[in-house]
Amino acid sequence: MGERRSKHLVLILAREFASNLATPTAIADDDGRLVFYNEAAEEVLGGRFADTGEMEMDEWTATFSPRTRNGDPLPPERRPARIALNERRASHEQFRITSRDGVDRDVAVTAFPLFAHEDECVGVVAIFWRE
Amino acid sequence: MQVKVWGCRGSLPTPGPQTVGFGGNTSCIEVSLDDGTTLVFDAGTGIVELGFELARRGAERVHLLLTHLHLDHLEGLRFFAPMWDPKVELDIWGPPSPVSGLRERIALAFSPPLFPIDVHDVPAQVRFLDVPREQWEVGGASIYGDLVMHPGPTLGFRIEADGVTIAYVPDHEPALLGMTGRTRDWISGAGVAEEADVLLHDAQYSAAEYEQRIGWGHSSVDDAVFFADAVGAQRLVLFHHEPRHDDEALARLEERACELCGDRYEQPMLAREGLVVPMPAPTR
Repeated sequence: MGERRSKHLVLILAREFASNLATPTAIADDDGRLVFYNEAAEEVLGGRFADTGEMEMDEWTATFSPRTRNGDPLPPERRPARIALNERRASHEQFRITSRDGVDRDVAVTAFPLFAHEDECVGVVAIFWRE
Repeated sequence: MQVKVWGCRGSLPTPGPQTVGFGGNTSCIEVSLDDGTTLVFDAGTGIVELGFELARRGAERVHLLLTHLHLDHLEGLRFFAPMWDPKVELDIWGPPSPVSGLRERIALAFSPPLFPIDVHDVPAQVRFLDVPREQWEVGGASIYGDLVMHPGPTLGFRIEADGVTIAYVPDHEPALLGMTGRTRDWISGAGVAEEADVLLHDAQYSAAEYEQRIGWGHSSVDDAVFFADAVGAQRLVLFHHEPRHDDEALARLEERACELCGDRYEQPMLAREGLVVPMPAPTR
């Protein structure tokens, strides 16, 4: 058996936690694959997770054209979830997105890594704050 | 492979005339491989009698795998005969903790005021080992341990050997994290139990009792049957019986499980002390 047969328990717990939050929340696994976002996030992002399904986090993020308030593209290395995943630290950033419903929204995103053990990061949680 | 149940009671040993049918000893099963390897899962009070049996057989190499360290899975260890035999090499595998090592945590049970003898005075050659994150080999078995839903770090085990696969998940509350409408990979414990030939699974409560004990870390019979169905396990063995359930109550729960199961897969059965679990013919 080479790869995991199911999601890590910490991700399953995180999903259950997010499912019960009114705060928009997305979860990615340790490969940077978006595995879930909750109903509150569906409102901000203008699309249902059931329609999106799992996908690469960077690909998913790019669909919202994240950019600074000045309109400059926000590079991956400044995106909080990418930082949390690559650098294993919490990160926060304010930026503008165009949601799938075509509406421009100013958001702030806080992302942090999920450690099952000190040396085992199993994914990241990204929380969206409406500005 | 042979799987024998030495203890299947949950939470608290329950000796007495009302429980002689299914037994009152807490969790312990023995898995004997065709190559002679003996694997012991959990050290509830059921392990005491197994220890005497291993001593009679002259076992000098024992592998003990602990799902977690709650007392009903550990309390028999201090009276496990191989621990007190200097000829015995005993490997104890347990869940890694983010806080302290396995030896350190088990040592608490071997220290005053709980016990008079310190763990480093145990005569057997004991090694304390963290269960690895990947599948690993013990004797002729491939074993995989994964965290499952239960308070504190708790593992379920998948054992593949001699052409059959068994899953041992004695303490587990997958319903707390949702099962209905979830794909298999999002169900706690699915990674160890998927398509197992035999699944020994927590079924401590009736559905009505579970409603009063949500979050305590255990399953109802109904949820155990649902879980077995969701992960595609062939034969379900209901385990970790509620201490307050006498033999009659357990027999009713077994009937309930069979009703729920219908003809979807082999009929569920309740674990009882001394049971040698009927194994399917090897297919792999």
